[in-house]
Amino acid sequence: MSEEQKIRKYILENFLFTEDENELNNSDSFLENGIIDSTGILEVISFLEESFNIKVDDDDMVPENLDSVDNILAYLKSKQ
Amino acid sequence: MPLRFVSDSLLATANKNPDKTAVVIDGVEYKYHQLETAARKLANVFIENGVERGDRVAIYMDNTWPCVVGIYAVLLAGGVFLVVNQQTKADKLHYILEDSGSKILLTDITQEKQLINGLHDLEVLKGVICSGNAEKVQKLTLANKTVFVKHFEHILETAVEFTSDINKTPSDLAALIYTSGSTGDPKGVMHTHLSMTFALNSLVEYLRLSEDEVMINVLPVAFDYGLYQLLMAVHLGATLVLERSIAYPAVLFKLIDKYKVTSLPGVPTIFSMLLSIHKREALCFPSVTRVTNTAAALPADYINDLQEIFPNALIYKMYGMTECKRVCYLEPELINEKGRSVGKAIPGTEVFVLNDKNEIASPGEIGTLYVRGPHIMAGYWNKPEPTSKMLKSGAWSSDVVLCTQDEFYCDEDGLLYFVGRSDDIIKTRGEKVSPVEVENMLHGIEGIRDAVVIGVDDELLGQSIHAFITINDDSDLNENKIKRLCAQKIENYMVPQKINIVDELPKTDTGKITKKSLSKTQ
Repeated sequence: MSEEQKIRKYILENFLFTEDENELNNSDSFLENGIIDSTGILEVISFLEESFNIKVDDDDMVPENLDSVDNILAYLKSKQ
Repeated sequence: MPLRFVSDSLLATANKNPDKTAVVIDGVEYKYHQLETAARKLANVFIENGVERGDRVAIYMDNTWPCVVGIYAVLLAGGVFLVVNQQTKADKLHYILEDSGSKILLTDITQEKQLINGLHDLEVLKGVICSGNAEKVQKLTLANKTVFVKHFEHILETAVEFTSDINKTPSDLAALIYTSGSTGDPKGVMHTHLSMTFALNSLVEYLRLSEDEVMINVLPVAFDYGLYQLLMAVHLGATLVLERSIAYPAVLFKLIDKYKVTSLPGVPTIFSMLLSIHKREALCFPSVTRVTNTAAALPADYINDLQEIFPNALIYKMYGMTECKRVCYLEPELINEKGRSVGKAIPGTEVFVLNDKNEIASPGEIGTLYVRGPHIMAGYWNKPEPTSKMLKSGAWSSDVVLCTQDEFYCDEDGLLYFVGRSDDIIKTRGEKVSPVEVENMLHGIEGIRDAVVIGVDDELLGQSIHAFITINDDSDLNENKIKRLCAQKIENYMVPQKINIVDELPKTDTGKITKKSLSKTQ
């Protein structure tokens, strides 16, 4: 499974409670669309650290890095 | 000039310090004179469109500039504001608008879906003022075509300021603050200018705040804890950094550092998040001098870490309820010694614990907490029966005492300790969730036969919401499908974390479903 597929699957299952790929666009802002709320981002960070073997620094916990599938993919790339 | 009305402090500061920053939102600093001007313009539009003294105006949006302007505009127009949580879905939005008889709705175009589905059959609603993308606002089509739609940003550009005085008195209502109840339907807590200005003065006194504060708020303004961060900041003539949520912690950290934030109000979920991050990489915010907690108990073992993260802060443990804004607080100097207490009555008020025999409880004896003072609500809007359960007569006919319905005891020093609620309300992330409201919603889902909802202790959330349901034989519902349907109907924080599909719900001999036995299985 590609990075993109893994991330999409995780978000769809855990925050949108669906498997329907149409429900999530890679550019959808999690914040604006109410997909992830106040406690959700820590779970996403745990998932990213476990699945992709990275460490997310405190300073990195910003929308630019985490607020959409596209943003996350770009962030992962920057960590390589 | 005495500050009689909640909006008076805005006018006073705008007069004294017009160029001082009132609120910082999304990086934009709005000065006091800008807030006054914007509020006066919007107030004018309210009045031109029929808002009269005492009329309700609903504000349905996130923590934004239009929301801040809206609150003061309603007050300047002599109206009563109510802030509806931005996560509210169509059915509940409709309920609140109907119950309150709101004449105007101030909202944002991102709420479009709920507006299209929620504004039908509202006799009193005359119009919607919508902020956001102008084109999208133009295209907004509501079920009832007689309800007008205006563009907020356009109003600020073109309207004339309202400069007259409305003939009102401090006994008039200033706000309705909707709160969940154990019976399922939200109730509008009525607060007058009197009770709110009194509460504001009492709060700033015991929190020892000054006009030099830079306050930050990440809590919804629909919640009175969040609302009062704004009201206090303006009341003091201080500055408020207004955020929508704590979704991205680094944003909060950067804001605290950039603006040298002095005051951080939180609920245990927020502090739990901070502590998790602190364990990975040490956090330190030396500018913060006030940290407050309410809505749920702050675990005593958080305090040491909080003192590390905020080395210069006084930490306040507090307890309150929407029905009187706040009940009590622990003097911060006692936090290490009396870490499990929530302290004493806020200045100018009194509290007492009554036992089963309606006598003052002795130290250590558990009873029900009662509150007396000018901060008490005027009642629940249009709901005399629940009101009479909460407001009891005091020493003379118009003297009222508020029954908190919560269990407390005092220690030898007269300090209060929270024991528990007497109702089923679940506190998750510091928010009140009515199990009955969630059960009613579940019962409305096709395929679900029966549903019971309970709260289960959770380290991060305080309590998490667990549902037990039985479904029809031919139904293809599963946990995920149900959660999805829930999210469409109620606020996200009310969606059960766990949904157990069972064959039968445990019942007692008399056939009643027992929540206690369900709790034991978790």
